Amino acid sequence: MKDFGYTVIKQRTIDYDLFDGRLLNEVLELEPSFKVCLSCGGCTATCSTNDLVSFNVRRMNLLLRRGETVELESEIKKCMLCGKCMLVCPRGINIRNVIMLIKKSIPKYKTVTL
Amino acid sequence: MKHIVIIGGGIAGIETASVLTDAGHWVTVIEKEAQVGGKLNNWSYLFPDFTPADKIKSVLQEKCNEKDFSILHQTEVSSIHRKNGKFNIETSEEQQLEADAIVVATGYELFDARRKEEYGYKIYDHVITSADLEQLLLPNGNLTVAAGENPKRIAFVHCVGSRDEKSGNHYCSKVCCITGVKQAIELRKRLPEAEIYCFYMDLRMYGKHFEELYREAQEKYDIQFIRGRLSEASEKIDKSLLIKAEDTLSGRPLKMNVDLLVLLIGMEAGKGTASAAASCGIGCEDSGFLKTADSFLNSNFSEQEGIFLAGSCTAPMTVNDTILHARSAAQEVNNWLLRK
Repeated sequence: MKDFGYTVIKQRTIDYDLFDGRLLNEVLELEPSFKVCLSCGGCTATCSTNDLVSFNVRRMNLLLRRGETVELESEIKKCMLCGKCMLVCPRGINIRNVIMLIKKSIPKYKTVTL
Repeated sequence: MKHIVIIGGGIAGIETASVLTDAGHWVTVIEKEAQVGGKLNNWSYLFPDFTPADKIKSVLQEKCNEKDFSILHQTEVSSIHRKNGKFNIETSEEQQLEADAIVVATGYELFDARRKEEYGYKIYDHVITSADLEQLLLPNGNLTVAAGENPKRIAFVHCVGSRDEKSGNHYCSKVCCITGVKQAIELRKRLPEAEIYCFYMDLRMYGKHFEELYREAQEKYDIQFIRGRLSEASEKIDKSLLIKAEDTLSGRPLKMNVDLLVLLIGMEAGKGTASAAASCGIGCEDSGFLKTADSFLNSNFSEQEGIFLAGSCTAPMTVNDTILHARSAAQEVNNWLLRK
């Protein structure tokens, strides 16, 4: 059985056993509207940053929930906080506040998640 | 003989009236329009098997003609009062009716797509709703767009006015996913050369033959499904439409030029529902639809003894489910009158 292919390829796998949820929990506690994202991508479709550089605001949710803090920190810098995404969001998420909270809290946790 | 007043002469109202008449009761239907059938009158073909809506309409009409219940057309209920264990109902035509039981079968209203201004309904020429398209799908329906040509590329937008905080509707309207698939296939049959896309968030193919029709749409009719919600549409000088979404499965923003944009609009509770319900002491759900006594065993009971509920006044419902819900309402009314 050991040759059957259960090898975990570290670089490709999201290892939930090592997931540090503190940043996620802090953001969700301070901005509970973020819990209900359904990944429709409306935010990304209308994003004004996207007209200039490659930036996917919907993925911020996934990066946060998968503990991809390094990528999250560099990506989130691109947001111009225009708030257009909030006009579109069918779940009424305060996306701008989510971005601000991540920016503020990420230095506290990034050394741990690495 | 017990008298039952049914409010609404759509599918649910007529079906309930028919069963209760067969059971030997005296039934009066109050219908605000000149004809029965409700929203079914605006529909051409029904999912999932393209049954002509006329077929169901004519069965309802036959029941009205053949069975001994009366219909008060172009009449609305003004007030309902309970007196000595009976209901006194006053109508807009100043009739007074005394009833032993009431069945509310007031149905739903279509979401007004103008409220999603970013999609441009009634602003741009070639943005239409699923209800508009339904008329165009009749054999004599004209599908041409700018310059009298057939549309070369068509996009459907799912969940317009449903699952949307901005529209004030959190619920799923249940029927639009499969309506989109049905209409996409019908368009393909009429326009073999066109490209047809459906922009969805989730495809909810829960009903009998729904999933099969979705598969057929992909397999036989070459309908393309893209997972992403449209953020906006804008009209170009040639009257075609530029739409924006994220192709969420590839994780990249997408833009597309289309000749026709179809908004799959959802169901809402009727505008007067909340105040009408409050006036006779029955409640509404957060969705605005009428509250049933519970979700399992008493889905035809309101919170008021003697007032029963049938069909899509309780929640978005397919034609099939409406017929079944109406028949069960009739059964519950009958049992309740026998116990009384």
